[in-house]
Amino acid sequence: MEDVLRILEQDSTRSNKNIARMLGITEDEVAEQISELEKRNVIVGYKTLINWDKTDREVVDAFIELKITPQRGEGFDKVAERIYKYPQVKTVYLMSGTHDLAVMIEGRTMKEVALFVAEKLAPMDSVISTSTSFVLKKYKQEGIVFEDDEKDTRQVITL
Amino acid sequence: MIDYQGLMNKTVLKIPPSGIRKFFDLAAQMEDVISLGVGEPDFVTPWSIREAGIYSLEKGRTHYTANAGLLELRQECAAYMKRKYDISYDPKSEILITVGGSEAIDLMLRTLIEPGDEVLIPEPSFVCYKPCTMISGGVPVIIETKEEDEFRLTPEQLREKITDKTKVLILPYPNNPTGAVMPRENLEAIAEVLRGTDIMVLSDEIYGELQYTGSKHVPFSTIDGMRERTVLINGFSKAFAMTGWRLGYAMGPAPVIKMMTKIHQFGIMSSPTTSQYAAIEALKSCDNDVAVMCNEYNYRRRFITDGFRKMGLSCFEPLGAFYVFPRIAGLGMTSDEFCNRLLEEEHVAVVPGTAFGRSGEGFIRCSYAYSVEEIDEALKRIERFVKKYSEK
Repeated sequence: MEDVLRILEQDSTRSNKNIARMLGITEDEVAEQISELEKRNVIVGYKTLINWDKTDREVVDAFIELKITPQRGEGFDKVAERIYKYPQVKTVYLMSGTHDLAVMIEGRTMKEVALFVAEKLAPMDSVISTSTSFVLKKYKQEGIVFEDDEKDTRQVITL
Repeated sequence: MIDYQGLMNKTVLKIPPSGIRKFFDLAAQMEDVISLGVGEPDFVTPWSIREAGIYSLEKGRTHYTANAGLLELRQECAAYMKRKYDISYDPKSEILITVGGSEAIDLMLRTLIEPGDEVLIPEPSFVCYKPCTMISGGVPVIIETKEEDEFRLTPEQLREKITDKTKVLILPYPNNPTGAVMPRENLEAIAEVLRGTDIMVLSDEIYGELQYTGSKHVPFSTIDGMRERTVLINGFSKAFAMTGWRLGYAMGPAPVIKMMTKIHQFGIMSSPTTSQYAAIEALKSCDNDVAVMCNEYNYRRRFITDGFRKMGLSCFEPLGAFYVFPRIAGLGMTSDEFCNRLLEEEHVAVVPGTAFGRSGEGFIRCSYAYSVEEIDEALKRIERFVKKYSEK
């Protein structure tokens, strides 16, 4: 199972047929493993990594650190849930260190993102403070370098 | 006009040029060629190693090192061997850092060979053993390993070729081009033949870290009684994806290493300093990088072996290095013809088995140091080609 996960983590578009050939098992076995992993929510989803900067669509990403007062009996989870339900919120992590939650937000303009923070996040009862930083350039995400110049420069044949 | 041919060393003149040079050039000029012909990793050297090299340059480490190599690097080599294989070498007297494994091979042969001495070379194998033997004045004695023996050297074959002139046995495992490995029991059988003789062993273990299906590489010097007669040659090129850094090492009995160091001192001075600093980092902290690359090679190994078998070619199960060696003999072509036509008709470059010795006839070497997607495309083209000629 771990092999299937490793292969899909690298490239989720790989066909069951090719995964089967890489692992020396049958296509049916691969399909079975994947469906099992999906059912158990080990494979949580499949996405495509897009460099929107290369398109006409304007996208602004922001990274927001939040300090939180945990709710009695509910801890941080309930607050996190109230935050991640917003579709603009792309990522929510509980963090160690000076802040409690790290939140990634996507919007069309800086103003839109700033207003979302001011109107939705900051006023929440349990939110003590917010600190917003805007993403200026993405170099690498999910282990993939956006402008990779490491081409194959090997000779065609060497012994 | 100077008669250059007349001036030149007769032995060097006699060494046949690589017979497939023309084929190489043709492949290199072709635009949309897919190559499975490369004998080096597709991975770029892990960043922490590159960074260590850069850092050494920033610190101004741009001078010669000790002839035998940085002591710190030799100590790390010793620690690595101890950790991985539980064998001890003395960093001060039993280890020499060389310009790639190939320099170490040349040094070992030059150190030991007297004119007329015989060097036993199992083939198919890497291309340098024969010319290096000849340049040292030695006589190459070829042992042709067989597909039915999984391209392993058998004690019977070895015994048959030993004469009173035999000085050195080359043990090229894990093997380029076949992907064959020698498990412990096979090495034990070879050791049994050598015990009581003065035959020295050049154990070229450059692919030692790349062995699959759970079987671990066994250095020949760990076999009982073999340490005293073995020069173990390894390097950073394959395991750490450091081919361009040109760095290898030899480990063996102090008197032999001492004489090898003497030649190295006059020919080379010391191995590249930047590479040596980078290599310290490789040995110290890159076990995980090697494991990740090894795992990836294993995926591709299964993928490509399965591909050749599915198209009806018999393909010996390679257990080490990053090559497969499928048999193409049934198609009515020599290895050379197969490779030339495949290049011409499907623009796929693979290497004829004969590049690695006469016994490679009937086989081709395909490297899987490529992405699965590239291998997949190459296999599709080869399959189309094989189909066309099997129907004829």
